[in-house]
Amino acid sequence: MTALQKKPENPIAHLSAEDIEIIGKELDTIRQEVRDSLGEDDATYIRRVIDVQRKLELGSRAALLASMFPPAWLIGTVGLSVAKILENMEIGHNILHGQWDWMRDPKIHSTTWEWDMASPAAQWKHSHNELHHTYTNVIGKDNDLGYGIMRVDEDQRWHPLYLAQPLWNFINACFFEYGIAAYDLELGKNLATKKRRSNPEFRAAATQVLKKIRNQAGKDYLIHPILSGPSFLPTLAANFTANVVRNLWSHSVIMCGHFPEGVETFEKTSIDGETRGEWYVRQMLGSANISGSKAMHLMTGNLSHQVEHHLFPDLPSNRYAEIAPRVKDIFDRYGLTYHSAPLYTQVASAWHKVIRLSLPNGWLAATTPKNAPAQIVKLVRMTTGGPKVRRALQQAA
Amino acid sequence: MATTVPHPSSARPWTALRDRLLKVAELVTTPLLPTDYLDLVDPLRSGADLRGRIEAVQHETRDAATLVIRPGRGWRTHTPGQYIRLGIDVNGVRQWRAYSVTSDLGRQDGCITITVKAIPDGKVSNHLVHRTRPGTVIQLDQAAGEFVLPAERPGKALFITAGSGITPVMGMLRNRAHDDATDVVLVHSAPTADDVIFAGELRALAAGGRIRLVERHTDADGMLDPATIAELVPDLHERSTYACGPVGMLEALEAHWETAALTDRLYTERFRPRVLVTGEGGTVSFARSGTTVDADGATPILDAAEDAGVLMPSGCRMGICYGCVLPLREGAVRDLRNGEITTAAPGDGVLIQTCVSAAAGACDIDH
Repeated sequence: MTALQKKPENPIAHLSAEDIEIIGKELDTIRQEVRDSLGEDDATYIRRVIDVQRKLELGSRAALLASMFPPAWLIGTVGLSVAKILENMEIGHNILHGQWDWMRDPKIHSTTWEWDMASPAAQWKHSHNELHHTYTNVIGKDNDLGYGIMRVDEDQRWHPLYLAQPLWNFINACFFEYGIAAYDLELGKNLATKKRRSNPEFRAAATQVLKKIRNQAGKDYLIHPILSGPSFLPTLAANFTANVVRNLWSHSVIMCGHFPEGVETFEKTSIDGETRGEWYVRQMLGSANISGSKAMHLMTGNLSHQVEHHLFPDLPSNRYAEIAPRVKDIFDRYGLTYHSAPLYTQVASAWHKVIRLSLPNGWLAATTPKNAPAQIVKLVRMTTGGPKVRRALQQAA
Repeated sequence: MATTVPHPSSARPWTALRDRLLKVAELVTTPLLPTDYLDLVDPLRSGADLRGRIEAVQHETRDAATLVIRPGRGWRTHTPGQYIRLGIDVNGVRQWRAYSVTSDLGRQDGCITITVKAIPDGKVSNHLVHRTRPGTVIQLDQAAGEFVLPAERPGKALFITAGSGITPVMGMLRNRAHDDATDVVLVHSAPTADDVIFAGELRALAAGGRIRLVERHTDADGMLDPATIAELVPDLHERSTYACGPVGMLEALEAHWETAALTDRLYTERFRPRVLVTGEGGTVSFARSGTTVDADGATPILDAAEDAGVLMPSGCRMGICYGCVLPLREGAVRDLRNGEITTAAPGDGVLIQTCVSAAAGACDIDH
C-alpha cells in the first residue's frame, strides 16, 4: 500500500470536485435525519446496555469470590471479559465520543464519564476524538496508524528492527490499554528530551495516568482478590485474563477499522484546505467494516460499522446499522469501494499487512516455496548489512 | 429549615467509619462510584442524588393533572408556597422545570404533589399531563422559593391567581393558611368554570366559610385587572396580597400597588422570566467542553448551549436562583429582562446568569 496521492491509479480520480461536495451534502442529510429522530427508544437502549453491563459485572465479580472452584472461575472470567468489552466499546468509547450528550443526562455524558481503562477519559478524548478522527489515516498526523511504533506504509523506509513488528503488535494487543495510555501521553516523544520530560503539562498528565493505573490495577489485582479470601490467586488470574481478553478483542476490532488491505492512507499535504466533502471522502476511503451478527456489532461497540462511525462519530452507535445501506448506496453510486468482510477475514487481512510491512517491500509477494531459500538469504543479507547493502538489494528486486 | 442534627459524640465515630467504608467501596468500584451500582437497585435511597417516583397521575381538568411523587429519602420537606425543580426525560432528553408543591404537609404516605397545566406547545407540561406513567423516576431538587406566608400570619390576606397560578396558593390553603390568617379572600381567574383547577376543593372551602372565593371566568368576564379586583375586594389595600399568574397580570398588579405606595404588601410569584429586550446574538464558545454555539439574541445562553449538548449548570431558569452562573471570559451578553449589557475583557471572568443572558456578540465562557 502507499498513500493515495502517490498511487498510479487514484481511486477517486473519477470524482469531480462537485461530486465530492454532493457526497458531502448527501451525508449531511443522513446525519441530520438521524439527529432529528433521536428519542426515547435511543435513550432506553443505552440505559439498558449500561444496566445489563453493570449487572453482568457485579454477577461475574460475585462468582469470582468463589473462584477456587473451577466452574465459578470459568463463569466469572467469561462474564467479566464480556462486561469489560461492553464497558469499553459500546458504552465507554461511544459515550466519550459525545454520542449520548443530547440526552443531557449528567450520568451519561462525554464530559463526566470515566471508563475502565488505563488511559484517563480526558486524555483519550484528545488523542482519539481530536487527532485520530480529524486526521484519519493521514501519515504522520494520525498516530493510530501503527501507534508510532510500526511501519504502516511501503513509503516508510524499511529497517531490520521492523522484523519484530508482528511480535510488537501482538504484545501491544495483549496490553493494549497501557499502550493506549502511553500513546495518549505521546510517551515516546515526551520522554525523548529532558526539556520535554520536565514540561509541567506532560508531568501533570503522566501523574494522572499513573493514578488511574494505580486505581485500576489496585481494583483488579489487589482489592477484588483480597475480597475473595482463599480464592485470592484464582481471582487475580481471572481478572488478568479478562483484561487480556478485552485488550486482544478491542485491539483486533480497531485493527480491522483502518488496517485491512485496500484501506487508503493519505499524504500530510493532501489535507491542507480540505473541504467538508473531501473530509467525508477521506473517512469513506480510510475505514473498513466488519460484517456479522447483531451480537458481534454490539461487542465491537458498533465499530464494525467503522465507515459509518467515521462519517458520523457523534451519532449514537445503535443507529449505524440502519444507515449503513444508505451509506453503501452512496459508495456504489460514486464508484467507491465499501470495504466490509467478516471478522476473521479482516483480522487476517490486517495481520497480513503487519507481517508484509515488517519485511522489505515486495519480499513477501515475491517469495514462493521454490525461491524461498534464495529469498531468505537475501533477507539475512539485508538484515545484517548496512543501509547501502539494503538499498542495493531493494533496488535489485 | 429544621433538620435533625445527631449528637456530635455519637456522630463522629459513625461518620468516620462510614467515610472509611465508602473509601474502600470506591476502590472496589473504581472508575465508577458505589452509587452508580446502588442506583440500579434503589434510586430513591438516602445518600443518592435527590429523585422521586411518580406514584399516580390524577386528572384535574381537561388540561391539568396532579402528579403524586414519592420523593427520595434525602427530601427535606417544603414550606407551603415553595416550588421544586423537576427533571424529566422527554423524548429521551432531560428537561428541567419548576412547579409549585401543592400537597398537604401532613400527608400520611410521605408523598408530595405538584399540579401541572399543559400549556400549548409546552414540551414538558404536555408530557407530564398526558403521557407520564406511574413508576417513572424523575430528578428533583429541594424545595425553594420566597413565595410563602410569613411566620406571623397576616390578619387579612388576599390571594390573586390565574390559571395554574392557583398551585402555590393551593399549597398554602391545604396547609390551613386560612386558620391563622382568619380572613382570606381568593380571587381566581380561569377561562371557564370547568377550567378551574381544584374547583371542588376551593368551592367546598368557600361553602364551609373558610375563605371567600371569587371566581372569574375570562370567557365571560374578561381578563382580571386591578380595577375589577378593587371593586370585588373593597378592602384590598388592608390586605397582604399574594399573586401568581401570567406575567401581564402580575405587571398590572405591581403597577397598581406601586401607585398606591403599598409595594411591600404585594408578593408575586412568576413561572417565567419576563423578556424585555433582544439583540443581535453571536457565537458562544465553551472553552472546556470545546463546543461552539451560534446563539441568537433572543435565546438564553443556557438554552442555546443545552440544545448543542453542553451539560450546563441550571436552576430556576428565570434569573432568581443563580444556579446557572458561569464566568464570561471575554465578550458581551445582554440581560433579557432589562437589556443591560455586560462585557468582559480577557481575564475578567465576569459571572453571568446564563438563563437570562443572551449573546450580544461573540462570547467565550469558562465551562
